[in-house]
Amino acid sequence: MAENIEEKVTKIVAEQFEVPAEKVTLNSLFMDDLKADSLSVVELVLAIEEAFGLEIPDEHAEKIKTVGDVVNYVKARVQ
Amino acid sequence: MPRRVAVTGVGLVTPVGVGTEETWQALLRGQSGIGSITHFDASRYATRFAGEVKGFEPTRWMSARDAKSSMSDPFIQYAVAAGAMAMDDAGLVIDGELAERAGCFVGSGMGGVATIEATHRALLAKGPRHAFSPFFVPQIAINLAAGQLSIKFGAKGPCYSQVSACSSGAHAIGDAFRVIQRGEADVMICGGSEAVVTPLGVGGFGAMRALSPRNDAPALACRPFDLERDGFVLAEGSGILVLEELEHARRRGARMHAECKGYAANADAHHITAPAAEGEGAQRCMRAALADARLDGAQIDYLNAHGTSTKINDAIETLAIKKVFGDHARKLMVSSTKSMTGHLIGAAGGVEAAFCALALAREQVPPTINYTTPDPECDLDYVPNTAREAKLRNALTNSFGFGGTNACLIFGRPEP
Repeated sequence: MAENIEEKVTKIVAEQFEVPAEKVTLNSLFMDDLKADSLSVVELVLAIEEAFGLEIPDEHAEKIKTVGDVVNYVKARVQ
Repeated sequence: MPRRVAVTGVGLVTPVGVGTEETWQALLRGQSGIGSITHFDASRYATRFAGEVKGFEPTRWMSARDAKSSMSDPFIQYAVAAGAMAMDDAGLVIDGELAERAGCFVGSGMGGVATIEATHRALLAKGPRHAFSPFFVPQIAINLAAGQLSIKFGAKGPCYSQVSACSSGAHAIGDAFRVIQRGEADVMICGGSEAVVTPLGVGGFGAMRALSPRNDAPALACRPFDLERDGFVLAEGSGILVLEELEHARRRGARMHAECKGYAANADAHHITAPAAEGEGAQRCMRAALADARLDGAQIDYLNAHGTSTKINDAIETLAIKKVFGDHARKLMVSSTKSMTGHLIGAAGGVEAAFCALALAREQVPPTINYTTPDPECDLDYVPNTAREAKLRNALTNSFGFGGTNACLIFGRPEP
């Protein structure tokens, strides 16, 4: 499951920001590495919520800066 | 003398073509861009046809990511595409000191209506938590067409949107003309954009009984000045000009399509949709534009009419033209390109100003198509059905909008 989460998040991030999946690592910073702006990060959070059936409260969403942050958050909530 | 202003760039996205050349050649052929609505299921609407933009690929002008997010509404996409074409045509790069001397005015009647509709559907289906894209507001806000162009081209001068229904695009160009005349900018990217071939757009104008119901022959539905006309045809697209201070254009050896010579804006102060008796407001507006251009009526050779194909507009506009131009009205070539493009609402003034500039530059006059049965109330030379070759001195374009708002622009042949 853990690996699946990482794969699924990577896939969503790659699609959302239109970057090749191999360029998306756990350390990728959305705004610096993937050229996202604050609005597209919000859009990503919505896509993650939809994909995993979660609601990510804004106070957590604000702390999400990297792909790893998303994976860790989802793992903690799903497991 | 105020500073002079040249048209150095033209960009067009219309129901007859994506691109200036495609659009212009279609107009000269007398080709209609009107057909059955494909953007949504219109089968239960009284009017089921419109002038849709066809074969538009947004990724020619923006990234696929932007086309899905920050530029997802078609009214913004059309403006960005037409603006990019106009800038390319002008051969202009905005950088260095020019940045603060360049601005963007792009009008629209209604803004991101398709996005409002889709988001509202999602809101009803999914609730507030999952309905909204963070890009919702910057799709529906009317000034974002101008805003996106200013960001794209680095234009740091005045940037906003004129909102005046069917006159929006003409007001945007007129105001841009003034900004350059007054010396507040040297370059203005300006015009209009609209994308309301949507359920609310078609339903709303339909409810006013303003749309032609000729579902059995959409291409024949828009017939300005013809006796059998029965309403306007809703359309979408964008027309953007690059206006440039004339000496600035000369210094860099730019090709000038035309000179922008005169502008006037006023109001009927009469009724929300019906024109004033004898087109009083339209008459005053045309006269004021002539005075602004320091021209006599007899120096105008071509008039691109508002010519919507409604019973009342075309008769009243004809009368107003006769009152303003007197005997010269008979010599004037008057055509309504809406006969081919349909009515682009807030973009109409933008595309029709572009058509005037092209008519002057190319020495060609686009026709009024579908003209078969003369109306005794409409008795001018409407350039029926066939384009003409003609060396024009000056051209005037009319735009009249709901709320009784009028705009007239005058363009002249560029001096060598």
